[in-house]
Amino acid sequence: MGKNVLVIEDEPNIIEAISFILSRDGWSVATHSNGHDAVGVVTEALPDVVILDVMLPGKSGYDILRELRDAEETRKIPVLMLTAKGQVKDREMAERAGASRFMTKPFSNAEVLDAVRELVVS
Amino acid sequence: MPQSGLAGSRIRERRLVAKVRQADLAERVGISASYLNLIEHNRRRIGGKLLNDIAKALGVEASLLSEGAEATLLANLREAAADAQAVAPEVARSDEFAGRFPGFAALIAEQHRRLRSLEHTAATLTDRLTHDPHLATSVHEMLSMVTAIRSTAGILADTKELEPEWRNRFHRNLNEDSQRLAEGAEQLVAYLDDAGDARAGMTLPLEEVEAMLQAHAFQFDALGEASLEALQTFVANQPHLTTEAARDMALTVVRQLRADARALPIEMMARVLQDGPVAPERIAGDTGAPLSAVLRRLAAVSDSLLAQPFGLVMCDAAGTLMLRKPVEGFAVPRFSGACPKWPLFQALSRPMQPLRQRLTMTGREARDYDCYAVSEPIGQMQVNLAPLYHSYMLIIPIDVADDSGAPVGSSCRVCPLDQCDGRREPSLLAARA
Repeated sequence: MGKNVLVIEDEPNIIEAISFILSRDGWSVATHSNGHDAVGVVTEALPDVVILDVMLPGKSGYDILRELRDAEETRKIPVLMLTAKGQVKDREMAERAGASRFMTKPFSNAEVLDAVRELVVS
Repeated sequence: MPQSGLAGSRIRERRLVAKVRQADLAERVGISASYLNLIEHNRRRIGGKLLNDIAKALGVEASLLSEGAEATLLANLREAAADAQAVAPEVARSDEFAGRFPGFAALIAEQHRRLRSLEHTAATLTDRLTHDPHLATSVHEMLSMVTAIRSTAGILADTKELEPEWRNRFHRNLNEDSQRLAEGAEQLVAYLDDAGDARAGMTLPLEEVEAMLQAHAFQFDALGEASLEALQTFVANQPHLTTEAARDMALTVVRQLRADARALPIEMMARVLQDGPVAPERIAGDTGAPLSAVLRRLAAVSDSLLAQPFGLVMCDAAGTLMLRKPVEGFAVPRFSGACPKWPLFQALSRPMQPLRQRLTMTGREARDYDCYAVSEPIGQMQVNLAPLYHSYMLIIPIDVADDSGAPVGSSCRVCPLDQCDGRREPSLLAARA
């Protein structure tokens, strides 16, 4: 496929595993691990898909997503949110913030791969 | 407890629940309405055939009118009925049930109390899970490790041609994550152990404090000049207090009651109570003690100095009941909101203004009480900061009802008053009678 995905996640071994399976699927993968400057990294890279963890050091995934949706250049980038919380209110919060998809930890490799593929197609 | 002298009150309560007019009942049993009125206000004794006739007309057993059941038990039964969802208990026959099966009635009331306490515990734990930032972070970290392990294991299992370099790397990651997961789980268990206090939340701290106060009859005169450390030791050794929250609350109350005892010694209170009718404002004036302290002290010493003990309730500025010394016939709700017509709450809108009011507690006993209430500021005065208030109400039972009391209830759901501007919810008695 040759498309770009940016993984924003602070757990290094999750980053490594996701990077591996996406790379094997033909994606070009970039990673970032804190919330402080995540918006700037997305704005600069303008990836085809962002995988964004909710709990990040420095700034929450919800806040990052809201800022991405407020900015013209990042408004339409598909974002897959990852969270350890699976309650309805968490899903609603993600949707309100502008998430394209919502995935609850722990997830399988196949689920992540399918979600990313679908986001690019849609 | 002998209750035959209150048969008239029970007849009145049963008649109101059955929605029968006084004149109609009188006619059915062959007496005048005015005579029935005297009976209902306990000014004429009743027994024999007339009692049997009235019982028959009201559809109850005569023994229920002559002996009755304990008012608090009935209030608790009605509370239990009000919370019933899938069934419709025969609320109008609560007294009959309590009279015929007192043991089972007490069991239902106790199990209802226990259920409400457990519901409180569940709500507390849910709140902790939802709002405890440390717990939320720990759970998130553990789930992240589980995710990393699952994802890495999936790669190792599903990737057919995995380079040795990658394979070693993922094996190392698995090892690291499994170790971190084990450590995280241990830390989480340790945290929950510390925060759990094992029995914390299983009972309401207020209930434990009240049980301890009851065990000491609200009197801590013997603590005299004991130091704060000695008071803390005293509280720590109280078997009723099983949680840190309950011990903290108890220490505050014990210190206050001990201070009351020092300001208003029991010998002086005995003399005052011998001198005539209870006049809290006069005691406060003579001694210089705050009226709230006088009300607390009168309630505390009444058990040992008077044949008829006094009750006491205290609430904060939000109207939450924080202290209850029960008195016969004046049912104080355990969980639901109390009657807003109590002077206890009126005092909150008139700080530092003592209120005195005679109340008639509606219900099967319909007894009268003289109530004194006052709200006083707590804490130190601060510039430009409105004070917070605590309100106290002393409840003095009156032997003979004279119909002069303002009708009040315990809580809306078990109050039979038809017309009440303060009603928050429909009365269970009106709805199911």
